[in-house]
Amino acid sequence: MRYAMAIDTKKCVGCSDCVVACQTENNVPHGYCRDWIVETVSGTYPSLDLEFRSERCNHCDNSPCVRCCPTGASHKVEGGIVLVTHNKCIGCGACIESCPYDARYPHPEGYVDKCTFCIHRVEKGQNPACVSVCPTQCLHFGDLNDPNSDVSLALKDRKWKVLAPEAGTKPQLYFLT
Amino acid sequence: MQTRRKFIKISSIGIGATAFAGGMAKWVIGANSPKNVSIGPNSLATLKPVPTYCEVCFWKCAGWSYVDEKGDILKIVGNENDPHCDGRLCPRGTGGIGMYYDEDRLKTPLIREKKSDGTQYFREATWEEALNKVANKMKEVKEKYGPEAFGLFNHGNPGAHFEHLLRAYGSQTNAEPAFANCRGPRTAAYYSTFGADVGSPECTDIRDTQCLVLIGSHIGENMHNSQVQEMSAAIDNKATIITVDPRFSTAAGHSTFWLPIKPSTDIALIMAWIHVLIYDNLYNKEFVEKSTFGFDHIKEHVKTMTPEWAYGITDIEPDVIRKTARAMAGAAPAVVIHPGRHVVWYGDDTQRERAMAILSALLGAWGKRGSIYIPEAVSIPEYPQPEYPETKWNWKDLNEGKFPLATMGVTTELLKASIPRLNYKHQVKAWLVAGTNLPLSMPDKKLFKEAAEAVEFIAVMDTMPMEVTGYADVVFPEATYLERYDFLRSAQNRVPNIALRMPAAKPKYDSKPGWWIGKQIGERLGLHDYYNYNDFSEVIDWQLKKLGSSLEEMEKIGIKSFPRKSGPQYIADGEDYKFNTNTGKVELYSVDFADEGFDPMPVYTPHPEPPQNFYRLIYGRAPMHTFSRTSNNPNLWDLMKENSVWVNPKVADLWGLKNGQKVWLKNQDEAITSFPVSVRVTERIRWDSVYMVHGFGHSDKKLTRAYGMGASDEEMITNIAVDPIMGGTGMRGNFITFLKENPASKMKEDKA
Repeated sequence: MRYAMAIDTKKCVGCSDCVVACQTENNVPHGYCRDWIVETVSGTYPSLDLEFRSERCNHCDNSPCVRCCPTGASHKVEGGIVLVTHNKCIGCGACIESCPYDARYPHPEGYVDKCTFCIHRVEKGQNPACVSVCPTQCLHFGDLNDPNSDVSLALKDRKWKVLAPEAGTKPQLYFLT
Repeated sequence: MQTRRKFIKISSIGIGATAFAGGMAKWVIGANSPKNVSIGPNSLATLKPVPTYCEVCFWKCAGWSYVDEKGDILKIVGNENDPHCDGRLCPRGTGGIGMYYDEDRLKTPLIREKKSDGTQYFREATWEEALNKVANKMKEVKEKYGPEAFGLFNHGNPGAHFEHLLRAYGSQTNAEPAFANCRGPRTAAYYSTFGADVGSPECTDIRDTQCLVLIGSHIGENMHNSQVQEMSAAIDNKATIITVDPRFSTAAGHSTFWLPIKPSTDIALIMAWIHVLIYDNLYNKEFVEKSTFGFDHIKEHVKTMTPEWAYGITDIEPDVIRKTARAMAGAAPAVVIHPGRHVVWYGDDTQRERAMAILSALLGAWGKRGSIYIPEAVSIPEYPQPEYPETKWNWKDLNEGKFPLATMGVTTELLKASIPRLNYKHQVKAWLVAGTNLPLSMPDKKLFKEAAEAVEFIAVMDTMPMEVTGYADVVFPEATYLERYDFLRSAQNRVPNIALRMPAAKPKYDSKPGWWIGKQIGERLGLHDYYNYNDFSEVIDWQLKKLGSSLEEMEKIGIKSFPRKSGPQYIADGEDYKFNTNTGKVELYSVDFADEGFDPMPVYTPHPEPPQNFYRLIYGRAPMHTFSRTSNNPNLWDLMKENSVWVNPKVADLWGLKNGQKVWLKNQDEAITSFPVSVRVTERIRWDSVYMVHGFGHSDKKLTRAYGMGASDEEMITNIAVDPIMGGTGMRGNFITFLKENPASKMKEDKA
């Protein structure tokens, strides 16, 4: 099993519903977020390209945050989801420094927090909160090893890219282009 | 590379990337140990779903408020059976709980008092006092001037409760910004062409369209939920999307064709499209022959309006005009010429909307799959009450013969009628205001201020200390939509349906539901027969039972659909469909307009252009906010705290403006923004224009988060181009320039 997410940049409008849905699902305190929107504009008026990306932890196969964690708080579970055990975390911040995607933040209660792919929902057969709310349905989640999962079907006939492939982390967010 | 996410996150990847919804306060290593891992995810808690429909915007999506054992509302999720949202609320709906938790909410009734030295202040009052004061004033106005002199500015559900109160009391002197300051021209144009409005939610069949044409509509930035969802489906379906906008909007970024038009020239482009359809023989001949009136007139009318003619006006190349016209014709009749929503731009807006309607007609894009479908709404039975009393005059009389095709009150006329010096035949002496923040939702602040100062009395009902409350004599703190019953939602759609809103929690503080406030005033005015119930749930239950449902059933399902009664949602091939116009046909030549002395077919007229060193102010929406009403919502403020002024890099170079630099804006009439605004240097805007998201720059300090964040576009809108057909207030004829120094400190220097 390998959980992953595909984000369709041809459909995302950057509305941030994924951000607020994650905050209200996971009780992320105001001022912090586990997922966010990046807008890139290229070209010169009027020859322009615009891309919105809903970004979060890439749940990397080769995850520097897990490797550098001195206490084992950052760890990987079945399906490749990277998690932080909050009461094992000493808040040293090494994982935050090591992440090329800037996906982690220091929770005011003293531990590092990040996207869990809403594992608590996935275990119940639900989609992550961000996926379930997205009005454009540009987020696709599932098991890459299952050819009929939403994420596999979304990737099937489309071009995609990953972010910062040069970092060698084998990220598991796929951006459909 | 940024190692920490700050207020605006700068991504490590991509060039020119801007990120939203970042944010962190302080790194707190060790500060809070031992760890307090207090709260788990909400969907693991035991939660009770309570049906509601959203009031963060007018789309009114049905959803469920999830309440825990303590009675706290933890999250709001869309109702899967609701065609407005298909189970997916937008960011504002998801963040709607912030409206409930906002600690800046109005908490008790307030009454304006005067100290002996003349200074005025608000005193916290009891409901009894506040209600009595308003009821007594209403009695006094009725005796002195007649009930018609009590006017109402209304919007949404709160407004509807007060509309009922005023009708029962004897006044129909009401107006809402949603008409003359927003979508009124569209109503007048589509009625005169097709004999039907497009309504709300607009009956656009985007889901099944093969060609979507957006003329200044920025779907995706306006989060009109089901339309955003359907545009996404249209992208999946490989529909051609044509976006006309001087700004590279989000929709433009997802479009097949983006036409970066010179602002204010849209009519020329649309007329050239019509020219191509007719003279290149691309129009829908069967539909035109069978169902339209005035084809020969329009053919003659557009004879010289060639793409080459339009090129010189619009900056859009003739080849692109032809290519896009052909794309529409190729997809016809499955074409949506989107009628837009906020369409008061240049004062000839009804005519621009008419041009769009004519374009639709030539494509046969009406009543066909993938164009405009025929909507239906459930007719809600009227709860027993006496007839409303006749009024001696109403909002229509305030127009004094102007704006013959206005179908609702014109806000600016209601303001003017409130100013004695303007000598209106019918004068307005007092106001109720419900659900609309006039100082930030209407142009021409001077006019508003003069009117607000002229009237004898103002009572405002709101959930938040919006700027308009600052003008009130009495302020009623309304419970939020999550804490109250309201009217059943019965909006048009493909399948008629109703939705229930019921309280998920007790009203916080000393706030009360709008229906209760209206009833309390009504009872004091002796209007009990119009309020023959103890709780509004009785009204809803009575209505639901008449419809074959009940409150008990709706509490479980939230939304219920009914079979259509008006016939199918599409016109069948060969059907002899009668349009509700003068001629019974789609009027390419408008008989109404000709009768009233207006151009029966749209004519392009040039509009003023920005003087040197000035730029046209274009404004619009951001997906995380609804106008000025959400700026202080803690959840939504977290996503977007302030607006910025978008400036083309060429212009930024000329002025030496940097990204993030604070500037003040000054317009052609020397109006200056109260607050500075950040510059956003971006290629997404033309060099002759700037762009701002509407609804920021709050000046009421009681809005602790929103106060002074960003600038108000309304402050820059002092020049209004009035639409003679329906009274619309065209607001895009305002030009701004940049002030790099604080104008307040400059004024001090001048004094010294």
